[in-house]
Amino acid sequence: MAKIKSKIEAMTGGVAMAEALRQIYPDVMAVYPITPQTTIIETYAKLKADGKVQTEIIQVESEHSAMSATIGASASGARAVTATSSQGLLYMAEMLPIASGLRLPILMCVSSRALSAPLNIHGEHGDVMAVRDSGWIQIFSENVQEAYDNTIMAAKLAETVNLPVMSIMDGFHTSHTTERVEICNDKSIKDFVGTKIAEQSLFNFKNPVTFGALALQDSYFEFRLDQEEAMQKAKTEYKKICAEYKKISGRKHGIFETYKLDNADYAMVIMGATVATAKDAVDELRKKGKKVGLLKINLYRPFPYKEVGHEIAHIKKIAVLDRAISFGAYPPLYNDIVSSLHNAGSHKQEIASYIYGLGGRDTLQKDIEKVFKDLEDGEISNKIKYLK
Amino acid sequence: MNKDLTKKLAPGHATCAGCGIPAIVRTVLGATEEPVIVSNATGCLEVTTTIYPNTSWKVPYIHSAFGNVAATASGIDAAQKALLKNKKLKKPAKIIAFGGDGGTYDIGLQALSGALERGHDFLYVCYDNEGYMNTGGQRSGGTPYGANTETEPAGSDSFGKSKQRKDLMEIVKAHGIAYLAQANVAYLADLKKKAKKALKTPGPSFLLVLQPCTNLWKFPTSQYVNIGKLATETNFWPLYEIENGKYTINYTPSNKKPVEEFLKTQGRFKHLFIPKNKKVIADIQKTVDENFKKLVKKAQAS
Amino acid sequence: MKVSFHFVVSLEIIIYIFMEKGGIIKHNINNAPKTGDWRFMKPEVDASKCIGCGSCIEHCPEAVMELKSRKIKDKNKKIIEIDYEYCKGCGVCATVCPVKAILIKK
Repeated sequence: MAKIKSKIEAMTGGVAMAEALRQIYPDVMAVYPITPQTTIIETYAKLKADGKVQTEIIQVESEHSAMSATIGASASGARAVTATSSQGLLYMAEMLPIASGLRLPILMCVSSRALSAPLNIHGEHGDVMAVRDSGWIQIFSENVQEAYDNTIMAAKLAETVNLPVMSIMDGFHTSHTTERVEICNDKSIKDFVGTKIAEQSLFNFKNPVTFGALALQDSYFEFRLDQEEAMQKAKTEYKKICAEYKKISGRKHGIFETYKLDNADYAMVIMGATVATAKDAVDELRKKGKKVGLLKINLYRPFPYKEVGHEIAHIKKIAVLDRAISFGAYPPLYNDIVSSLHNAGSHKQEIASYIYGLGGRDTLQKDIEKVFKDLEDGEISNKIKYLK
Repeated sequence: MNKDLTKKLAPGHATCAGCGIPAIVRTVLGATEEPVIVSNATGCLEVTTTIYPNTSWKVPYIHSAFGNVAATASGIDAAQKALLKNKKLKKPAKIIAFGGDGGTYDIGLQALSGALERGHDFLYVCYDNEGYMNTGGQRSGGTPYGANTETEPAGSDSFGKSKQRKDLMEIVKAHGIAYLAQANVAYLADLKKKAKKALKTPGPSFLLVLQPCTNLWKFPTSQYVNIGKLATETNFWPLYEIENGKYTINYTPSNKKPVEEFLKTQGRFKHLFIPKNKKVIADIQKTVDENFKKLVKKAQAS
Repeated sequence: MKVSFHFVVSLEIIIYIFMEKGGIIKHNINNAPKTGDWRFMKPEVDASKCIGCGSCIEHCPEAVMELKSRKIKDKNKKIIEIDYEYCKGCGVCATVCPVKAILIKK
């Protein structure tokens, strides 16, 4: 197969996601500013002002209206997208389960950031973790290249399973860091994403439909199960979409990525931008002969319990790093990993919980190396440790 | 059932016996032959007409949430523009948003304001029953002074709502839209005329329609038309239009009735008729007269 | 016991398979409750008095009033007829009738 032409650019995560959106060609985009996603919508608005895209941009007056307008547009059969972070994501939190319940294939770019109070505008996963049960598919990115790739695959995934998708990158760490990105050519992305075919639309006047009915005790449960079925299907569809994307980009993504996990004695499970630092730490420790590895989760919702269990059930000591705090409880990713391993029938492991990078605090390579040292030294308990 | 009237909204919905909302909806929808898309806020209209598996709507309809009907309609308008541009749609449809006073004066005000400022092509119809009636009669920004509601009830220490209602017409007018009008479900011919004008006006338009609520204003089920008429005959709810900033009063009662005639018909004002609260009725009369005078002045200046 | 459990589960699955995705529904008058059941008072049109003005038609919340041609005393007149399947018996029609041609009866 002839290599499909692509070009190399230097872009920040925000600009790369805007470029991905441009290639996806949404019909409607609702925009409301909030740091650190604003570069996405500003880049896109400039593209529109220069005639490079024809998207209808609605400059709404709040994030709640951003999601409401996106829902109205998506229900109308248009390809609709929006972007947000942190407080904005929580302001539209009421609308997230509605988008999912109405089975609308909305794409949202999230530059994840810490939650108030106190106010903090920097990168963390607190916001997206707060909405992990809303029925949205959540895909995390390690770097700008993944932010670009995942946004494109998310658009296709949304329309394949009729569920909304969040393409997530760490605020500032990815959104505002310039990195080398390979941009696929417009036509290959256009063909990959295809045209949106809405099964139901408000613009169907011959057979009009009602969106958003009241479902009483006798039917609500079944609607939720129907959504859950679609969520489970998303896992399989995502794998197919990753395989298809590899053909046009040369890059293979998946529901997770294993890094030097093969003969590892100690493993780390981690998501987002800090994975890059962790990989460096793994390389360094491997050079010293330590048998360490890491598992990077890409598809966080629906969570691939079975696949993860299968991958790390044989590793005796595991550290799970969360970039979010769940007050009064263990953090989100830790809980999911413990469930994976329990479901895999494995009870002989020691799993340590670490919380890092809250409020945008940097996590250095030596911090990661310390985690592996803890595992090696048997410094594992059921108390959460903090990499501050 | 009446074949003509039920072309867009069928019967078999759960509105209270004697509710004025269906008449408003059928009149507004009947004011155009163009295809129509309805966006609806959570409330009486939405909950009673879309109980799964039944929907009374024979036109495309969407309910998403409570305070966002104008934002949802904005999305539909943008999608329509995109579909027309891409030739996926040949003719534009009329987008009509329905919201109660709760979903318009209060929780939906921000979304309405944004949609008006952005100039989307849609008609917003607020059916004003002066309270959160679907949830049992709590007070809203549209509840009038002195009314008894569940969250600001009358009692030994209170005469009911202690503040005047918002002047929503002035708030909407301040957005500089081309057409807005105040109407009343008791005057359907007037409402239909206004709906026709509004639907022909490009950009956003707004209709504020009084809808006496038999259940929570507390009057017999057969009376919404009589009480609605009293509201206008007492100048409590004047009928007027604002077209490009020019005020027109559509009806001035030749024999203006005292506002007491309107208040005494409803259980929600019953408490005002004890000697202690006589002053409240006097205050209401004073405000009604002042407001009407101001309106007349604006109409004369136009 | 096992048989009845399977029956219940299958019924749920059937509802679940035929269920509209996202609860997005189409109008079907057969799904609507017959709100005529709500009535405890019934409006009746006095055909001799009805002048066919249609004032009651648009004010009826259920839109059950319709003008129909009827032969009254050898003359063809347009008279209001009420669809009692959906009439809730609110009585609004009786109050707006200019000639008091509608009576509310138990």
